[in-house]
Amino acid sequence: MNGAISISMGLSDWLFLLQNFMIFSMAAFGGPMILLPEMRQFLVVDQGWLTDDQVSASVVIAQASPGPNTLFIALFGWNVGLNAGGIWLALLGATICLLGSLLPSCALIYATAHWVHRNSHRLFVKAFKQGMSPVVVSLMLCSGWTLGTAGTTWHNWPLWLVTIATTSIVIWGRLHMFWLLAIGGFLGATGLLSAG
Amino acid sequence: MSSENRPAPQSLFDLFKFFLLLALQGFGGIIAFIERGLVHQKKWLTREEFLEDWAVARTMPGAAVVNMSIIFGSRHFGMKGAVVSVLGIFLVPSVIVLTLAVLYSTFGNQPLVVDALRGMGAVAAGLILATGLKLLTALKSNVMGVMFCGAIVISCFVTISIFHWRVIYVMFALGLMGSLYAFLCLKGKKTS
Repeated sequence: MNGAISISMGLSDWLFLLQNFMIFSMAAFGGPMILLPEMRQFLVVDQGWLTDDQVSASVVIAQASPGPNTLFIALFGWNVGLNAGGIWLALLGATICLLGSLLPSCALIYATAHWVHRNSHRLFVKAFKQGMSPVVVSLMLCSGWTLGTAGTTWHNWPLWLVTIATTSIVIWGRLHMFWLLAIGGFLGATGLLSAG
Repeated sequence: MSSENRPAPQSLFDLFKFFLLLALQGFGGIIAFIERGLVHQKKWLTREEFLEDWAVARTMPGAAVVNMSIIFGSRHFGMKGAVVSVLGIFLVPSVIVLTLAVLYSTFGNQPLVVDALRGMGAVAAGLILATGLKLLTALKSNVMGVMFCGAIVISCFVTISIFHWRVIYVMFALGLMGSLYAFLCLKGKKTS
């Protein structure tokens, strides 16, 4: 990746990385992306293990790739390993960051799911699910809004048009989402969507 | 609940395959695809059931999609189901994303790639918005009533998207308010 730096990572550094991502995992209410500023602060500013370019490239690649966006965390570890000296360390870093960020929250939701299922007849469990529903629907709309408007101004109206068209097609149409993404990528590549 | 006669995953492999294919389709995040897969294609959940599980998945720490896969997987096959679902989501995409990272270091600065990614980002935004809009219809059967739900949806959207308040504060403040009100509504329904 461009602007790579050279760092040295000892065993205690790797453990510190693991420890921090396990803490991020438990703190990631609303999803790991919420913690992006904190992760950047830790990796770029406090430790100097990554550059800002590497942070933003990691997020972009994870967005463009199929699969959960959470994988940007694996790319953080990957780049830390690359900076520390090679592909094997990069694999180690990716594994550490991904497992660290997954295990605590996964264990917690597993226990919670079990508990919720056993207590699903209780009034306060029902109330929680019903009361939280409108909030989580709205948060989904917020995610779409953020993704659609971040870094755009009214000059980017062709991009907004694509977003609105996609929304309408998904609601009323029958075109498979894969084709929509392919068309979006193609339109983008032709330069039609770029600001004039 | 009428969950007896509904389709369900038949085996661990069935579950694994579902989440693997889901993850491979999910460009720009799986959020938009998981509702479609579970509710429309497999019919393993109704839209209302999906929303109830999603409320738990979205509220707990961690990626909502991963949490949802654990909730759903463990309900059908316990611990094994949870592990298999998470593996299904991460196994292939993590290989792909690392490959892309290597490619990106070579081609990432090409304007063609940058523009294509922006176009795909705009589509991904549309996919997520459409999923959110479709889920709005599931609120019709919410115990709090359409007006109250609508008020929560709008205040949440405005405070976060327009005023840029922190998601975590808005989520817990409105969620607490909603839960308390829903509790009162459920209690009133029970006694009347």
